[in-house]
Order: sequence, then C-alpha cells, then structure tokens
Amino acid sequence: MKYEAVIGLEVHIQLKTRTKMFTRAAAGYGHEPNTLTDPVVLALPGALPVLNKAAIDQVIRAGLLVNCRIADECRWDRKNYFYPDSPKNYQLTQQFKPICIGGSVEIELPGPARNIQGGHKTISLNRIHLEEDVGKLNHFATESLVDYNRAGTPLMELVTEPALASGDEAAAFLTILRATMQQGGVSDCDMEKGQMRCDANVSIRPAGSKTLGTKVEMKNLNSISFVRDAITHEIKRQTAIVESGGSVIQETRDFDGITGTSQSLRTKEDAHDYRYFPDPDLMPVRIDDAWRSALAATLPERPFDRQRRLMADYKLPYTITSVLIWDKRLADYYDTAVKLAGLDAPALAQPIGNWITNDLLRELGATSATFDEAAAKVTPANLVALVKLIAAGTLTSNAAKEVFADMFATGDAPETIADRRGLKTAPTNTDELEQWCRDAIAANAKAAEEFRAGKESAINGLKGPVMKASKGKANPADVDKTLRRLLAN
Amino acid sequence: MISQPLTAVSAQLAAKKISSVELTQVHIARTRAVEPRIGAFNSSDETAALAQARASDERRAAGKSLGPLDGIPIGLKDIISVKDQPLTASSKILASYISPYDATVTRKLREAGAVFWGRLNLDEFAMGSSTENSAFHPTNNPYDLTRVAGGSSGGSAAAVAAGEVTASLGTDTGGSIRQPASFCNLVGLKPTYGLVSRYGVSAYASSLDQVGPIGRTVEDVALMLAAIAGHDPLDSTSILSEATDYRAALAAKKGPWRLGIPKEYFGEGLDPEVAAAVQSAVDFYKNLGCEIREISLPHTEYGIAVYYIIATAECSSNMARFDGIRYGHRSPRATDAVDIYAKSRAEGFGEEVKRRIILGTYVLSSGYYDAYYLRAQKVRTLIRQDFIDAYKQVDAIITPTAPTPAFLKDSHKTPLETYLGDIYTIGVNMAGLPGLSMPCGFTKAGLPVGVQLIGQPFREADLLAIAHAYDSAHQWSQRLPNL
Amino acid sequence: MPASIALDIDKLATLARIELTPAEKEKFSAQLGDVLKYVDQLKQVDITGIEPTAHGFPISNVWSEDIPALGLPVNDVLRNAPASRDNMISVPKVVD
Repeated sequence: MKYEAVIGLEVHIQLKTRTKMFTRAAAGYGHEPNTLTDPVVLALPGALPVLNKAAIDQVIRAGLLVNCRIADECRWDRKNYFYPDSPKNYQLTQQFKPICIGGSVEIELPGPARNIQGGHKTISLNRIHLEEDVGKLNHFATESLVDYNRAGTPLMELVTEPALASGDEAAAFLTILRATMQQGGVSDCDMEKGQMRCDANVSIRPAGSKTLGTKVEMKNLNSISFVRDAITHEIKRQTAIVESGGSVIQETRDFDGITGTSQSLRTKEDAHDYRYFPDPDLMPVRIDDAWRSALAATLPERPFDRQRRLMADYKLPYTITSVLIWDKRLADYYDTAVKLAGLDAPALAQPIGNWITNDLLRELGATSATFDEAAAKVTPANLVALVKLIAAGTLTSNAAKEVFADMFATGDAPETIADRRGLKTAPTNTDELEQWCRDAIAANAKAAEEFRAGKESAINGLKGPVMKASKGKANPADVDKTLRRLLAN
Repeated sequence: MISQPLTAVSAQLAAKKISSVELTQVHIARTRAVEPRIGAFNSSDETAALAQARASDERRAAGKSLGPLDGIPIGLKDIISVKDQPLTASSKILASYISPYDATVTRKLREAGAVFWGRLNLDEFAMGSSTENSAFHPTNNPYDLTRVAGGSSGGSAAAVAAGEVTASLGTDTGGSIRQPASFCNLVGLKPTYGLVSRYGVSAYASSLDQVGPIGRTVEDVALMLAAIAGHDPLDSTSILSEATDYRAALAAKKGPWRLGIPKEYFGEGLDPEVAAAVQSAVDFYKNLGCEIREISLPHTEYGIAVYYIIATAECSSNMARFDGIRYGHRSPRATDAVDIYAKSRAEGFGEEVKRRIILGTYVLSSGYYDAYYLRAQKVRTLIRQDFIDAYKQVDAIITPTAPTPAFLKDSHKTPLETYLGDIYTIGVNMAGLPGLSMPCGFTKAGLPVGVQLIGQPFREADLLAIAHAYDSAHQWSQRLPNL
Repeated sequence: MPASIALDIDKLATLARIELTPAEKEKFSAQLGDVLKYVDQLKQVDITGIEPTAHGFPISNVWSEDIPALGLPVNDVLRNAPASRDNMISVPKVVD
C-alpha cells in the first residue's frame, strides 16, 4: 500500500518591538542576564500586565500578509502550567479568541532544476495568535540557571491546517513565510537567535484516505533544513512501523539535526490540562476597518506577487526574479532603478536585473561592504547611467565592468569614471572608422558576401577586425551602423 | 490623638499644635502598648516612619504641606507593596520577601505625604474573613479580645480601632474591608471596581479585588479615597475618572435620597440585634425625609456559589507565581526543579490557601470550565443586572454588612459555613459596585454593628454623602474600645 | 454526593503543584465535595443568551505605546532569590 503524509506546522515568531508584550521593559537579544526585567517580567506579587500596542499592530500586519481575517475583537487567556522559565507559571495567550483567523500562504515547490520555476501551492492556515515568550534555561552539571531577559517578548504563533505533504513543502512554507515576515518588518526571523521556531505535527495515512492518522509532534527544530530532515525522517519512521504491522503512538519526539535521528520525549500525563480561562487583568482589543486599512497601507508587496509583476511587466526571466524577491532591499533597488530608466525601461529592465543579481551581488560577496554602503555608491541612478552608456555604445561591456568595479569602490558617477579612466569608445563617424570598415570588408570578402546574401550574423565577422584596429575604442553602435551602410552599397 | 479621626488630627497638624514626628511617636508608643493584645501588625519600620514624619514636618515648616494626609500615620495591609519593605501577605511563602517596588496606591499616599506605620495582618493572601488564617498570628478584636477582628483586612481594621494608626488601607474581594470595619466600629469603603489601581497589590481574585480605605469616620474615608483613586496606566482594568474632592462633596450633596431595602438581605440567618441596629439606621433616613423602598435582588442566593467559583479559579492561577524559584520560600527538601514547586508550596501555603487553590484547579480543569467558571460568570451577569434594575428606582441600597457581629475566635466553622458569612457583601464585588460599611450601634454585649450602603458605579461622592448624613449625626466612632 | 466522586484529589494536587498529606487529601476531598454540592445550585439558573461578566464596566483597547521604561536593576532581581549565580536564578538541574 502507498502512504501519504499529512503535516501541520506551529510556527512561533518573535515580533519586532522595542518592549515586551505585556510590560514596557525593553525587549532584546544578547544582553547581560536578567537586565531586561521588571516586576511584571519576574511576576513579582502585585505586578499587572499592560498590552503593547506595537505588538498588536505587528501581528495584524502579519495576518494581513498571509490573508488572515483580522478579528473584530480578540481576548486574552491564561494557559496554566509550571516551568522554571515561566515566571507567572501561566502564559498569557489567545486560546479562545485569536486576533487572526484562517489565512493562507502561497508556497513554491522545488522546480525540476534550480533555474526552472516550480509549481505553486496554497497552504491554508488555521490562525495566528499573540502570546509571550518564556525565559531561557542554561543547563549545567547539577543546576540550571535562569535568565528572564527573553521572558515576555512578544511572540506570534501561526498554526497551519494539516495541509502540507512533505518535508520539502514544509521547508518551502517556512522559507516564504520567513521572507514575507522579514520584508514586512514583522520580525527578523533569525532562527539561530530563536526569533523563529517551528514544531511539526506529522502523520501518515493510506494514499487517498480522508481520515487523519495518529500524529507525532516533532519539537526543537531550529533551522529550515532540520525541519525538512525531521519530517522526511519521521515519515520514513512511521511508514516503516505501519508497513511492519505496527501502529504509530501519539507522542512528542525530539529531532537531532546533526545525527539525523529522533527520540521520544517523556511527557507527564497531566501536562496537557492547561486550565485555560480568560485573563481578568487584560481587556479585549477591538479592531475596526480604519485600523486594519491603516496597517494594510504599511505593508510591502509580497514576494511572489512581486515576482509575478516583474516577470509580466519587465519580462524578467525567472532566474533573475528568483534572486531579487527574497531580499526586499535588492528588489526595491531594482524597482527604483527601473523607474529611473523611464522610457528606456523596457529595453533596460533585463540588463539592470543582470547587473544587480550578477555584479552587485558578486562584489558584495567579495568585499566586506554592507548592502547599504554599496547602494550608497552604486546608487540606482548610477547603475541606470551605466546601463545607458552601454546601450548607447559609449562603453563596451568589458569597459563597463571596469567602470562598475570603480563605482563600487569610489561611488563616482559612471560618466566620470569612464572619462577619468579613458574608457569611453572613440568619437563617432570619423574617416578613420570608415577606413577601418572598408579594410575589414576588403580583408573578409567571404563574410561580406554572406551578409549581403542575408546571413545576419556574418556581420560579426567584420566587427571583430574593426574593434581590433581601433584598439577596442570604437563605438560598437557606430561600427555596426557604418558597416551596414558600406555593405548596402 | 490616638482616638481622633483623621480630619481632627490633620487640623492639629495644620495648626502646628503637634508635629508629625510627635504624632508618629504617639502611635509608635501606642502600638508597643497594645500590640501584644491586638496582633494587628506583621512588621513595622520605626526608622523609616520617623524619617517620613520628619520630612513632613520640614515640608510644613517650609509652607509646602502636601495636603490633609501629610504627616498622618497610615497603616497598609501587608499585601500592598512598599518599596524596600517586607511584603508577607501573612504567608510563610513570602516570610522573607522584600518588595523592590511601590504599589500605585503606596506611591499615591507617599505623594500625599502619609507616614507609613505598620504592615498590617490579614488572612493569608486575603483568603478568609477572620484574620485567623494568618500564618503568623491572629488579630484580636479591640472591642472584645476573645473575638475576631474580621477579615481578611482584620489588621487594617484592628490597628485603627486600637489607635495604632489613624487610618489604613485594606483590600476587598468579597467583603474584606467592610466586614472587619463593621466588626471594629469603623467606616470601610470598597470602591467601584476600576476606580483604584490594583498595581502592586498581591492579587487574590483579580476580577473582584479592590483596594479601599478604613477610617473612623466617613469624612476620613473620603479623604483617603481622594488620595488613592484615579486612573493608573499600569492597571489595565483601571478606569479613566476625574479627580474628585470626595470630602468637599459630603457637604455639597444633600438628600433626600431614595433608598432600597433588598428583601433578600433580611431573611434567615440575620442576627436580631444586627437587624435592629440596621433598622434604626433605616429609620434615621426615613426621618430625614428619604424615600425607603423595598426592592428585590432576586439572584442574591447564588452570590456565594458564583463567588467561590470565580474567586478560587482566579486564585489558583494567581497563586502559581509563588513557586520558590525567583523569590519566596524554597523547600530544603526539594531535589529537582519540579520538586521545588510541590514541596515549597506545601510548606509555604496555609490550609485555606491550599483549599482554595485545589478548588480553583478543579473548576478550571479539563471538561469543567463551561460548567463552573463560564456558568458562574454568566450568573454574575444576572446578579449585576439585579443591581442595575434596582438603581432605576433607588439612589442607594441599604443592608446589614454581616449577618452577625464579630464572632468568637476558634469557632471551628466548616469552610462552607465560613463562606456563607459573606452573603451580604459579595454581591457588591460581583457587580463591581462601591460598598461602604459604617457603624450603626452596638449589641447588648458591646459588640459593634455595621450597616452597609451600596452605591452606583463611580458615584462614590453620592454614596459617601448619604453615609455622612448618618455618620456625622451619630458619631459612633467616639465609643472607644477598652484597652 | 455526585460532585465529590468526580474529585480526583491526587490529580488536582499534582496540577496545583502542592504536595498534600494523606490527612489533607481526605479532609479537602470531603470539604470540597460539600462546596461543590453547594455550588450545584447554579445549574438551576437559566443562563440562556446571557453573556459572561469579567469586568463590571467593560472597557477595551487598553494598552501603552512601545516606549521602554526603566527596568529593575539586577540586584533587585536577585535580592529575593533563594539561590543565584552569575546574575541568574539557580535551580536544581531541570531535566527536559
């Protein structure tokens, strides 16, 4: 029998805010232990929570980015459980009335090759709700040390429907989710810093079946590739159990990304009676259309929407868009440049894309410059000027590379650099050029004959000798024009 | 000095007939003299109090007095945080805890110039109605040392009645200010839920708790309320309200008022001497020209059941932070982190706290939420609606505060019998209304009796004015305990 | 007394993280049974269509702006801690 996997994800994402979810102690990463606390964070007697408006804004923005319905009213509940990293021994969350309902995320499945676009699939979401993060336990031989700096950090939990079918789909989901949230400014989603964390619920069932099998929860998946590997591993493990006549037991398993193995986590029987009830210290939040639309206006274009637009409007190839859309700064840079190209945009759109995805990225990779530093020198206007010089034939492509490298280092305008370095093509329509062309035609009679007979590419055989005679300085556009005039006679 | 109302003491300070240091010293001496018999204090800080008193005297000398509370010794229930002072909640689990911050009410009293004298005893974490549930010692009733001072703010009431402080703050979740005030011949006010900040006050039942003043007279309580009321951005349940001079309102507002007598509050279980004293207060208002109407609050009988579900559910969660990890008692028997909880809490909490946590855990546990907590919150809506309907006919409601005067210590009631004693005070907390208890006489045995006035939301000024009409005409507070 | 039958005192003590003695368990079971029997009267109340009350005067959208306020100095964090090391709260090793 064939089996298919059914996977649901629970993704926790720390929201980008200055202060915590329920108090105005500063939020942050990498500070000295227990320096980001106050009576509320530590749950001292008498401390009371106060909502962070910015965190609510952020999660509404997150919800809008993934097509959620934003609730008219959301509320706060207590999830009761004891653990040393949880100061109140209850977590404030939204069990009964979450802020974002439903929603969907468009994912791109792996294509047949890296440079070929894969199919798209829409993954349904169940909800997104707001809650607070816990502190951090540092384990030693005989003791654990608790740092509450992270405790109370605004956290959104996004829950998908059981709508994913493989580790690859889960990885694709997390990749686009991360990019969408990063580009929306919702979170930095740095998984190494724990800003984005994922648990996966995995089950299998006979292919085509409509019922769900027993699910196993995979925890502690701290990178996208670990999520992919853990799910792939778990599907194999469950399939082997079922195929050998056994049955999967409901449990939580810990995946070790290094060894690629998983083991069951002992869970206490009572661990799941969280005794949820409405928090009496916090008041409901009511959200109206004006609030929703004000936040919607702050959202960037979503990556795949942008990709579709770039491919449709500028005929950009998939290979270029699939580099641009994952980095908002790069894609914004591209859009700015194309806009500056004005009426020439249709012809320049693709060369601009090539320069960004090839040369700019290569230089960034080869140097210690940040994107912002590079973009301050190679400004979109400078890049457009460069591409225009090439199109006008003022710079040959080799000369242009030299100009670009100079521009990346100095920030000078391409025209200035070309003049300074004497890289421009020679003045046009000189008698000298006409003589070089006549010489080339005379010396390559066969190519000239073929061109006249209609073989368009044969002209290239004549251009080479002309450029050589000019020592590379002839304006390629003028060379082309002159040769054609002479050959037409 | 030790038996005078706050208003009188304040006048003497203003007239510079006495200094705050002298006044504080008088109270320190009085406390030393009577504390062995009363047991109202958990701790006190003489040095800090005298420093505050000196600062007050210096302000006054410089013509910069902060107002009527400046220099007055005020006691705080030991559940209200004071920076750098112990906060025990009368529990072993917090026996050595020092608060690193001020509650909002503490800050406000500080800003009004009050001298903090005494961390006052209570039923552990405010759970109880006799102050016998204190982990340290019970508080005795100054009018009869064999009887309880009431609770849970028993220390706050006894300390004022015994002349150890001029006025005090208590908290009231189901009657914990009003009942001890009635047992100790004092005025106690539970303000409208949301009028006074709860920030920095250890929570028992968050949706019901409210801080309020206890004093000798309605005027004293009005002065205290003016100092502590007002919106607090640190308490999300706090309501935006305008600053009110409640004392000035006492004289400004004149009756006659329409007063409601809820028939459900005068039935079985009401002590006849209490009933008679309350009736005499009703007669006073009638003679004043007030319209007295019998009204009905039909869901009164469900109050206790609703209260003990909501309060214990919230309590079970609020108490979870007392775990021996970050502060408080940690059991030396604990061998691993999980063990710390069960053993520290077993050693740190007293019986009543454990009982309420267990009950609250039960009503919230899987499968019971709808049947208990949610249902209780809905019946609470009906109880509240009863009051809203009543206020279409009357301005305030008049009832006994407690079914009996102060009862004997160690009366060995079952928990349920104890809970039933809150029957007249609980509805006010359910509905979030202001409720005031004031003295209305004594039994033949010399025990104080209190009458309760229940007002309309955020209309404390009216409630206090109605109460003041009776209180100023009778001055029961002048009948002092024999100590 | 149907209510007391459902009361699993061991489970409740575990959930509440309070170690109870056998005597306490017996006492609490009986007392809480009485209380639960008493609160059973709420089943008589018709609550059809009634909204629950959490705050007598419902308010909404209570929050503050995202501006950091002064926190607690580490000394104050540790001042009440039963055990601490390296500016952190120490507990016996937690086994995940």
